[in-house]
Amino acid sequence: MLTEADLAAIWLTLKLATTVTALLLVIGTPIAWWLARTRSWLKAPVGAIVALPLVLPPTVLGFYLLIAMGPNGFIGEFTQQLGLGTLPFTFSGLVVGSVFYSLPFVVQPLQNAMQAIGERPMEVAATLRAGPWDRFFTVVLPLARPGFITATILGFAHTMGEFGVVLMIGGNIPDQTRVVSVQIYDHVEALEYAQAHTLAGIMVIFSFAVLLALYGSQRKTSLWS
Amino acid sequence: MDKINEVPLLKQKQGEDIHARFLLQRSNSGPANSFNPTNSSMFTLDVEVNIASKGITAIFGQSGSGKTTLLRCIAGLEQAESGHLTVNGDVWQSEKVFLPTHKRPLGYVFQESSLFAHLTGQGNLAYAIKRSDVASSKALYDQVITLMGIESILQRYPNQLSGGERQRIAIARALLIQPRLLLMDEPLASLDFARKQEILPYLEKLQSSFDIPILYVSHSMDEVARLADQVVLLQHGKVMAQGSTSEVFSRIDLPLPMGNDASVVWQGKVVERDKQWHLARVACAGGDLWVHDVNDEMGEYVRVRILARDVSLTLTYHEDSSILNRLLVKVAEIESDDNNAEALVQLRAGNDYLLAHLTRRSIDHLQLKQGSRLWAQIKSVAIVR
Repeated sequence: MLTEADLAAIWLTLKLATTVTALLLVIGTPIAWWLARTRSWLKAPVGAIVALPLVLPPTVLGFYLLIAMGPNGFIGEFTQQLGLGTLPFTFSGLVVGSVFYSLPFVVQPLQNAMQAIGERPMEVAATLRAGPWDRFFTVVLPLARPGFITATILGFAHTMGEFGVVLMIGGNIPDQTRVVSVQIYDHVEALEYAQAHTLAGIMVIFSFAVLLALYGSQRKTSLWS
Repeated sequence: MDKINEVPLLKQKQGEDIHARFLLQRSNSGPANSFNPTNSSMFTLDVEVNIASKGITAIFGQSGSGKTTLLRCIAGLEQAESGHLTVNGDVWQSEKVFLPTHKRPLGYVFQESSLFAHLTGQGNLAYAIKRSDVASSKALYDQVITLMGIESILQRYPNQLSGGERQRIAIARALLIQPRLLLMDEPLASLDFARKQEILPYLEKLQSSFDIPILYVSHSMDEVARLADQVVLLQHGKVMAQGSTSEVFSRIDLPLPMGNDASVVWQGKVVERDKQWHLARVACAGGDLWVHDVNDEMGEYVRVRILARDVSLTLTYHEDSSILNRLLVKVAEIESDDNNAEALVQLRAGNDYLLAHLTRRSIDHLQLKQGSRLWAQIKSVAIVR
């Protein structure tokens, strides 16, 4: 059924999605918090930039990232100075690309959840002697829990399914950048429809299960809170 | 260095009280106010108040008068453009200093439920205990739990509690932070009448059990009459009057939002109990009053409220009437609004004041004027505390 190469692709995909989701939660939380609270004029432009991957063709994003991470791009020059070489066609490059690509799927649910909390619980916590960091960790994070669940699931699922960005900046290197979506493409190109079916079916079942879990959890949390 | 030199000086000057001066401008009337949704105009709070740091002080006024904004300024939740605030000699705000809310030793009870939804009742209390700068004792915890009657509901989450229960836990939480000043923003406003009646006794006990000065925002004459020792009356963001509750309530020149509830509040001591008729005699500064004996001990201090509509005047002493309480009074002032059929008359009784709600025709008929001496008949006296 599944070949060695298929299993490698699945494993690589899971590794990529996990790494990217973890990074996105760390990067996305402060961005979402800032977007949820700020009254700065920068809110609209920053929000728009974060949302860009929602509307841009992945190839456009991948193209620019390829150039930026290349030997003459600003990211590329920086990574070369650090002695890391250039990122395109490596797993790390894929992680960077995916982080950009999936950013709105993590930031937007977090931002919505944080906005829904409102000012009051923060004020209450302040009258109970909680400083700003204390308030963030003991009030904002727990109250934004539904947002974190949504963000994690969407970030993970969306990274699993990406194709265009991978193709542009990752290419098709086994164990490095050949994720499931690329593997399926390869099977189809090679007219190996049976194998393409298996992998595609796995993706459908997985995505459905993830979304089912998401909507199930939302129903539960809204009942709870 | 400067601060070290400053503090003892201020302590000496300000003593044990709260001195607040704020000037604040907002394009709308401060925080969202469900009673007054239609204000897009400029709101200015311009107040200077001196509050004795003991007992309950009501910040009283109509909706949109700036009560909540003043309380939020004191809590540091709102930062006035210009302000100065000292509490028991400590500077909380000045030109140079603005102590953030979490560094002010206060407790705050919000108008609507403010419990953390992700914590149980117990979790909410623990949140305060953990952050209090004073070590908590089991005795205090038990005292607060018992006082607020919340022992059996502590394991529940806020969404499993009634509005009254949530508010009682919120008050307990504010006490367990062991504040040096307790701020309460209409803690009963979001509750229906029955729930109000459920919580009021707890609030009354609060003052006698804990020696914390309380600032209590309210627009209810009833609550203020029952609870407050002092009143700061606000209107349109300005202080109209401040003083003891009995003093402020007995004035007729103030825009008190009282309608038919004009009344005076007297404090007195139970000096006699008449077992046969179930009455008690209360000695007040304004004179002795017979009230329903509600098992108050001899010597106990009670607070009574006399509504202006329950006071009538006679030129001679009527033995032949059902009225129990008659006091010799002198007319101090008559409300001068000719457009009404009725007017308030302020009467001097002993060392206190009474108010009487009379028709203008009666005032004319009795030829009342300042200094007239006559008898006030008091139809009913309610013990409010």
